[in-house]
Amino acid sequence: MDTSTPLTSRPLMASGASSGNRRSTFDWVFAAILLAGAGYALQRYHASMDGYELGILLASVPALIALGWFWGPLRPLVLGVGAGALMAMAMYLQTPDNFGADLAAGEKRFFLKYLLSSQSAILWMGVLVFMSTLAYWAGFFAGKASAALQRFGSQLAWGAVFMALLGTMVRWFESHQIGPDIGHIPVSNLYEVFVLFIWVTTLFLLYYEQRYAGRQGIRALGAFVMLVVSAAVGFLVWYTLVREAHAIQPLVPALQSWWMKIHVPANFVGYGTFSLAAMVALAYLLKTTPARTLWIGLVAVPGAVLALMAAFWLVGLSAETQQAVFKGGRMIAGCMAFFAFAIALRQRLNDRTPSVEVLDDVMYKSIAVGFAFFTIATILGAFWAAEAWGGYWSWDPKETWALIVWLNYAAWLHMRLMKGLRGAMAAWWALVGLLVTTFAFLGVNMFLTGLHSYGQL
Amino acid sequence: MSDALTPPARPTAPVQRWLHNSIELLSSMRFAIALLTVICIASVIGTVVQQNQPAVNYVNEFGPFWAEFFRRLGLYAVYSAGWFLVILGFLVASTTLCIARNAPKILHDLRTFKENLRESALQAFHHKGRGEVPEAPAAALDRIAGMLTPGGWKARVQDRPNGTMVAARKGTSNRLGYLAAHSAIVLVCIGGLIDGDLIVRLQLLLQDKTPYVGDGQVADVPARHRLGTDNPTYRGNLFVAEGSKERVALITLSAGVVLQELPFDIELKKFTVEYYDTGMPKLFASDVVLHDRDGTTTTARIKVNEPLVHRGVTIFQSGFEDGGSRVRLKGHPLDRTGTPLAVEGNIGSSVPLVSQSAGEKLQLEFTELRPTNVENMADGDPAAAEGGTDARGVNFSDSLGKHLGSGARNPEDRKTQQNIGPSISYKLRDAAGQAREFHNFMVPVTLGGQRVFLLGVRNSPDEPFRYLRPPADAQDSLDDWLRMRSSLNDRKLRETAALHYAHLVTPKHQPDQIEPMRQATLKALELFSGADPQAAANPDPTARNGMPAMEAFLRARVPAKDQPRAAEVMMQVLGGGMQALLDGARERQGLQPLPVIEATQKFMVQAVLTLSDSYAYPAPLLFTLDGFDQIQASTFQVTRTPGKMLVYLGCVLLALGVCAMLYVRERRLWIWIEPTETGGSRLTMAMSVTRQSLDNDREFDTLRQTLLGAAAEPPVPAERPAESAPA
Repeated sequence: MDTSTPLTSRPLMASGASSGNRRSTFDWVFAAILLAGAGYALQRYHASMDGYELGILLASVPALIALGWFWGPLRPLVLGVGAGALMAMAMYLQTPDNFGADLAAGEKRFFLKYLLSSQSAILWMGVLVFMSTLAYWAGFFAGKASAALQRFGSQLAWGAVFMALLGTMVRWFESHQIGPDIGHIPVSNLYEVFVLFIWVTTLFLLYYEQRYAGRQGIRALGAFVMLVVSAAVGFLVWYTLVREAHAIQPLVPALQSWWMKIHVPANFVGYGTFSLAAMVALAYLLKTTPARTLWIGLVAVPGAVLALMAAFWLVGLSAETQQAVFKGGRMIAGCMAFFAFAIALRQRLNDRTPSVEVLDDVMYKSIAVGFAFFTIATILGAFWAAEAWGGYWSWDPKETWALIVWLNYAAWLHMRLMKGLRGAMAAWWALVGLLVTTFAFLGVNMFLTGLHSYGQL
Repeated sequence: MSDALTPPARPTAPVQRWLHNSIELLSSMRFAIALLTVICIASVIGTVVQQNQPAVNYVNEFGPFWAEFFRRLGLYAVYSAGWFLVILGFLVASTTLCIARNAPKILHDLRTFKENLRESALQAFHHKGRGEVPEAPAAALDRIAGMLTPGGWKARVQDRPNGTMVAARKGTSNRLGYLAAHSAIVLVCIGGLIDGDLIVRLQLLLQDKTPYVGDGQVADVPARHRLGTDNPTYRGNLFVAEGSKERVALITLSAGVVLQELPFDIELKKFTVEYYDTGMPKLFASDVVLHDRDGTTTTARIKVNEPLVHRGVTIFQSGFEDGGSRVRLKGHPLDRTGTPLAVEGNIGSSVPLVSQSAGEKLQLEFTELRPTNVENMADGDPAAAEGGTDARGVNFSDSLGKHLGSGARNPEDRKTQQNIGPSISYKLRDAAGQAREFHNFMVPVTLGGQRVFLLGVRNSPDEPFRYLRPPADAQDSLDDWLRMRSSLNDRKLRETAALHYAHLVTPKHQPDQIEPMRQATLKALELFSGADPQAAANPDPTARNGMPAMEAFLRARVPAKDQPRAAEVMMQVLGGGMQALLDGARERQGLQPLPVIEATQKFMVQAVLTLSDSYAYPAPLLFTLDGFDQIQASTFQVTRTPGKMLVYLGCVLLALGVCAMLYVRERRLWIWIEPTETGGSRLTMAMSVTRQSLDNDREFDTLRQTLLGAAAEPPVPAERPAESAPA
């Protein structure tokens, strides 16, 4: 080719018509059921809905259809949760009281008491999460049954997601039966957002399992990720039993905003996927990093922090700080124990975890999802703050820590996308990112005070 | 922040080189990441050290030296500290440079398909494939078009003498996302800067004005501390009491306050606060009327989360306070007999009192009126507490059962939350300036089955209130208790009561017992009231009256083994004497004696106990709330934020940009079609991607499979390049 004489070029056009992706019958049935349900709700309740509620109802239908079409397993999940919630509602509504349904039925009717009422469903969710974690871990140590156990683990995880969503829906309904003006979407206190965190994280794990199906060992990731989810369940149980935090509380004026309903869930997609990425990073590190480095990074360094905290404790702090330091120390010690266990068994674990490329890809993907949602959540938070507090940014501790989390992952993505950062360094960073995220999520509530004082610990 | 796509030629002159190097550094990602790290650390400090507290708090926390040191570093207002703003400025500069360097190339790339690529260059790509297909080049081109167009590829064809080059691309919005996200950062920072207090400070500087330090009336503040209605950006607070009108907001700066004139007056008609039955607030709302300078008025309701925008100023409900409610108190003297003293005043004001007996000057300060108090009555109720702390251990199935069922709270829980009526807080300040704080409820509450008044006192704000719990009488008032307290100071009443009681309890056939009984009763009453000269001389001031005085008397006079018996007798005598005392006092006011029923008995027991405690009450007067007219006030935040639009635009761009950068994969595909000798075509394909990912690998495999099928030559394993393929 002679480059001195410019060649002409023309746009390339296809002559024939294209054939799009074919939708299955189930896809259309799914869409039809959702449309019919929304149509019924609209026809029956539109008089008592305001503009926002109408908008949300109308937007949720195409959004759910798109999600269900994008990832098939969501279709039975959505329909199942809907059916379960309707069943629970029907049972509650059999015994009305002076306002709506009599919630005492939740302790009287067998199916409500042991399965469908919100607290029972969420308790079942916890049980299923623990069982799923156990099954995933058993998969590491079983010989031939390994694959079956892991498959069982992911089925249990599906069950947990189902119960969590069912519990959430029923709780939503229950909140509207307590009295006028009390009902609201259950994303307003720590108990409710922990349930949200649990199902979001589990669902993302299941999505990646399916997405990389066929890649060797992809199901082994469940063992790592479900540990974070189990920790969240443990916290939830403690929070319920010790703090009685499960009670539905009405919304204080600052929370009576439409922004809350999207700000909080968007944030938790971020927290969930960042945790997922960190656990994948741990699997990555176990696979690629020399044992000595692992012992130093995962056991010695936290040990040193623990020693430092103990020193502080002895020097004497205010009783409150002391308690918080003690709680923090307990968490660190627990993590250390787990890390030591994982390092000691790493040969066994590594044989069954996915390849380094897959781990790296999952880590990147989940951080990317989390970052996008976290960005949107922070922006929504700013919009909300502009209405509630009179300024879109007040440098409130929670806000500031959200910014730190955001900057942390922004830097991670920059290093990866621009400088091609990969390997152990990226994994260590993702793991440390979980520390920052956890502090932003829980630590701020424990140690710092500010405007976000809705979930004191 | 940038990948140096086209390194410019290195200039030679020293100044130029220096400039070049600094720009290079400024736009480098190393520098940006370093800045981000510093911002993160500064932000962490800002969350750990509480911001914008009074200076004395920091001195208490860090000691004088470190407090001053940290102050100089600007750690008490990190986010408006000069160095923090400078770092932000650098970040903006760095990002801007990054955009400036990359935008031309990105915009250029958007228009090109790179169809001039040499066919031999295709071999250098990581994703490549080749194979021969039987169809003619023209047919192959048709097939390629049929494959690419539905797949969303945009493509151009270049016919060359020896074949045809197809150049396609997909996902170009990735690069636009890069531009959007990075310009968003710049927009948000600039918008934030406009809305910060920088512009207010700048105006003060340019108009030769200063922040105001000190107290006083708003109207008295001179003009050099005021900003006019033309100020484009501010954030101030405004306090408006019900029924009044305000037009000046306060802007708080670290050096003092600046007064901001508003283009209208805000009149607060009514402030409403509503509660759920759990005691949690449900609604804070202000009904306001806005009076413009031209006389037009606007009526509106401002709620939390529902601000009002008027003439470019946004008004937020940010708090509420007492706006100077009128309260009527009754002061009951404790240290003497006498009629109650009526006092009236507004919350926030004070009145002088002269305690007649001690001649001591006291200042009564009305601090707070709370018309409703929702309290958890389970805490104070012994019956409820018993149910709560079950010492028999927790039954697992019971505790599990509690956590099944609905998420609603148990109805029993809810009953424990009660509105126990209005309360008044006041302070009594003595001549030395020492103040004690009192917190008294207007109506009695039921505690442990008895109606009692709650009268709280504390010596300093960090202590909890300690409550005296005098019982309510049959009329649900404090009168009988106060009557007893007052009669105890009255010698004549004490003597009459002692005689009366002695007659009452002495059997008719033992008249000689009357006098000893009278004396014993009088002694008990005198000891209790502190009128006994020996008791009054007790070196321990707490044992000069009440039960402690009687105990001290018994200790001194009765052998140890007889003490329990003597104490019992003495208590009985005291109880009877007190009742006789009350009856005497009631009789003097023309009231019937109390009926002999169980309720009276219960009342007397609680009354005697609390009267004894009342001698430790640290004030000569006890004030009860007699009535009030509540006036509330709203605190509004008024802002003018022209930078908001920039910030919001930035936010939208950021969200779109981040999604485009992370979810749109940019890739370019070339397919080189050469005719073969047999009339078929030889296809060589290559794909370039900006980032390696498993998705790209999979996509290329699919493309190769579709295009070449079984004809594909086995791929040659190539070293995976770390960076993007050569372009």
